[in-house]
Amino acid sequence: MSWTDICAVNDIIPGTGVCALLGQRQVAVFRPYADEQLFALDNIDPFYQASVLSRGILADLQGELYITSPLKKQHFRLKDGVCLENADFSVAAYAVRVTNGRIELKEPV
Amino acid sequence: MQKHRIIVVGNGMVGHRYLEELVDKADLSQYEVIVFGAEPREAYDRVHLSSYFSHHTAAELSLVKPGFYEKHGIKLFLNEAVKRIDRAQQVIETNQGQTLPYDTLVLATGSYPWVPNIAGSAHHECFVYRTIEDLKAIREAAKQGKSGVVVGGGLLGLEAAGALKALGLETHVIEFAPVLMAEQLDRQGGEMLRRKIESLGVTVHTSKNTREIAHYQGKQGHHQLRFADDSVLDVDLVVFSTGIRPQDTLARYSDLPIAERGGVEVNDYCLTADEHIYAIGECAAWHGRFFGLVAPGYKMAQVAVDHLLGNDNAFTGADMSAKLKLLGVEVGSIGDAQGRTPESLSYVYQDDAAGIYKKIVVSSDGSKLLGAVLVGDTTDYGNLLQLKLNDMPLPAHPDTLILPAHAGVKPTLGVDALPDTAQICSCFDVTKGRIAQAVAAGCHTVAAIKAETKAGTGCGGCVPLISQVLNAELSRQGIEVKNHLCEHFAFSRQELFHLVKVGQLKTFEEVLSKHGHGYGCEVCKPTVGSILASCWGEYVLKAAHTPLQDTNDTFLGNMQKDGTYSVIPRMPGGEVTPEGLMEVAAVARDYQLYTKITGAQRIGLFGAHKDDLPTIWDRLIKAGFETGHAYAKSLRMVKTCVGSTWCRFGVQDSVGLGVELEHRYKGIRSPHKMKFGVSGCTRECAEAQGKDVGIIATDKGWNLYVCGNGGMKPRHADLLAADLDKETLIRYVDRFLMFYVRTADKLQRTASWLDNLEGGLDYLKSVIIDDKLGIGAELEQEMDAIRSQYHCEWQETLGDEQQKLRFRHFINSAQPDPLVQFVGERQQHRPAKPEERIPTYNISLEEPV
Repeated sequence: MSWTDICAVNDIIPGTGVCALLGQRQVAVFRPYADEQLFALDNIDPFYQASVLSRGILADLQGELYITSPLKKQHFRLKDGVCLENADFSVAAYAVRVTNGRIELKEPV
Repeated sequence: MQKHRIIVVGNGMVGHRYLEELVDKADLSQYEVIVFGAEPREAYDRVHLSSYFSHHTAAELSLVKPGFYEKHGIKLFLNEAVKRIDRAQQVIETNQGQTLPYDTLVLATGSYPWVPNIAGSAHHECFVYRTIEDLKAIREAAKQGKSGVVVGGGLLGLEAAGALKALGLETHVIEFAPVLMAEQLDRQGGEMLRRKIESLGVTVHTSKNTREIAHYQGKQGHHQLRFADDSVLDVDLVVFSTGIRPQDTLARYSDLPIAERGGVEVNDYCLTADEHIYAIGECAAWHGRFFGLVAPGYKMAQVAVDHLLGNDNAFTGADMSAKLKLLGVEVGSIGDAQGRTPESLSYVYQDDAAGIYKKIVVSSDGSKLLGAVLVGDTTDYGNLLQLKLNDMPLPAHPDTLILPAHAGVKPTLGVDALPDTAQICSCFDVTKGRIAQAVAAGCHTVAAIKAETKAGTGCGGCVPLISQVLNAELSRQGIEVKNHLCEHFAFSRQELFHLVKVGQLKTFEEVLSKHGHGYGCEVCKPTVGSILASCWGEYVLKAAHTPLQDTNDTFLGNMQKDGTYSVIPRMPGGEVTPEGLMEVAAVARDYQLYTKITGAQRIGLFGAHKDDLPTIWDRLIKAGFETGHAYAKSLRMVKTCVGSTWCRFGVQDSVGLGVELEHRYKGIRSPHKMKFGVSGCTRECAEAQGKDVGIIATDKGWNLYVCGNGGMKPRHADLLAADLDKETLIRYVDRFLMFYVRTADKLQRTASWLDNLEGGLDYLKSVIIDDKLGIGAELEQEMDAIRSQYHCEWQETLGDEQQKLRFRHFINSAQPDPLVQFVGERQQHRPAKPEERIPTYNISLEEPV
């Protein structure tokens, strides 16, 4: 599967996320710092089936980064999508990279 | 099985407490409870009767929670007195002709005011002071006259004098003894009280023996009190407050033994000579003595219920110490106030300048406290009472107990020294041991202890002591109270607020690097974001602030369960023009928004796609609207009734004030959301007493209520100040809001903030009204500064093209969120449930492309 160009890194305000359309999937892309470190998770909150995770607040808990759902505040680990409150409601993680200041995503195999 | 029938005679404070105890402790399916009250209304707070004149209504004095009787299946007959007991048949008969058998009868008939046999005292314009009906009659009579006199300078008499003063009468007090409150105070204390009361404009006449009252018709001052020393006093109205006597008539007629000085004789279980009849409260005499205070009555109610249920409990007498505020003067009396114990020693502190008098009476060896008198300052009352009640050893220099704080030698009574049996709350008889138990069981705040044990929920006088016990217990049980915000900040919100302000910190990064560690989380980011907004008033969506905001603030709308947002323009005070209404309707129609009147007197449009928010708001702003902050932790709205401009009953322009206040405080970020209400008269159609700030019009100005709440845990707002002019009102609200913003915990509404505020309402009053902390001007300046920063956040956002891009659902596509779908309902629509959604052409969650 090939990489898909999404947007410029600087289109994301440091400390926030955006929602990207990747094929027919909705993917949340997060930029926790002002650098080029990025994470990508499925954007759909599995508790509500609503496409909102990119609009949550980024948090670190015990040294690991999470996104907090804006609906009911469950935490999803940025590196792998595991839900802290209930692992049965974990979300998929996507591969993400930066090429010449552009963000690229790849669908999971 | 036949239910056990309990008939309670009397629905006063003690009678009602009996019912509450019963409901609390007994299995009510086994009992049938019937109550008779001779007065026309349910039990009310007689102790605070005089507040009926100062802006309270009969409903506010009520002790009965709405629906209490219905909920527990208790039958209440008002305006109906029991007139006869047939003890042999166990049947009662009422003045309405009902006859009912009983298994258990409880007499709680209280007392009646005793009026001395003075010629002329039976005149219909000579009143007593006991019931709301008495007060109503006094108020009617006061309308015709200019002056009034209270005969009797005891505790109740001074209460009554306060009431006459509140009615605007020139007020006199006549006392037979040489000092006021001779029961509770010594001579010097009585003198100090007299001076303070006279400085308030009440004329006190002591050592006066009223011989006769003459009446003249049709002129001012038509009642003449003639005294034994041949002096006279002309007044328009006379109130007798010369003591009470137990209301024991019913028991007398039923041949129950009566104590020599009145009152039905009861044993330690509050049982009369008849094993089926209890007597509690002021109508009962224990060891020949009746108790004219409410606390012993409450204890009797508890004992009588426990005895009925077979629980271990007994009445063992009562402490007659009292702390009160008469005509605004604080007075406290403990034990042997006059120093009558042989060989007792006294220590006295007197400050004529401030009007403070304190005395303690100690045993001859100086080791034990026997009594105390406090006038003008009762802050030592709690400590002294515990020393006395628990027979605790005194410090080497007992005088240090009453020296003022600036003397710098005050020994604190370690609550550790109190035995577990020490009674902390006398209203609900809660001991230190019970509070310690509650702390161990997880109650780590004063509010939690109040909810669990009821301690501090009566008169509230013991709250400072509860808080001391709480802190001592927490440290003794090794429980660390962490009000740390989260793992990133080892500070409370209040501390962080201070650090931000003093350090002039402007961004989360600065705050984190100076006072925290790590990256931050969903708790500290919005909290710090709110503090920064409260302090500096910057646009909340500056790039540096955007990551801190909850999604509601990030997109300036409330996120709904399907990821759409609500759109709620401000309609100040609930006002909206027809043109505005039409544009709101047009927007709703054009963007297919579900439309509803919200609980806050405005119109909510629901189901807006994030992508559509900028164009929706552009139209609303062009039509003259601005953001309503329905998404923010800030002032939501000011609910108003129509007020004097239209309403036949209104006495002030409530809408005008509401609109002004809404514009004054809109947009200011606070620890939690805030709601205001303004009512144009006491009918209170704006329900202001359920709001964080509630204002009610009076004939003379505005009454200011604070810290009310609806919602999950309703709280009736407290009266902060009465009859204010608008300027003062606004000054107090400025101070109140800034003080709350500065000191509340994260996401703490004003109601729970006040419940946890050490010193409670009195402390809040001293900060806001008396400016005890000397920060009043500072709070007002801060409020001015923050108000001057106000901008409509939507207008600001629309002026910035970069900002508008953020509202697109996809960063790389212009299409809207395909998961947002609606289904029809009641001629409008609601979000489709996930299983109702129609899969769209470009989304398949199962299969990748």
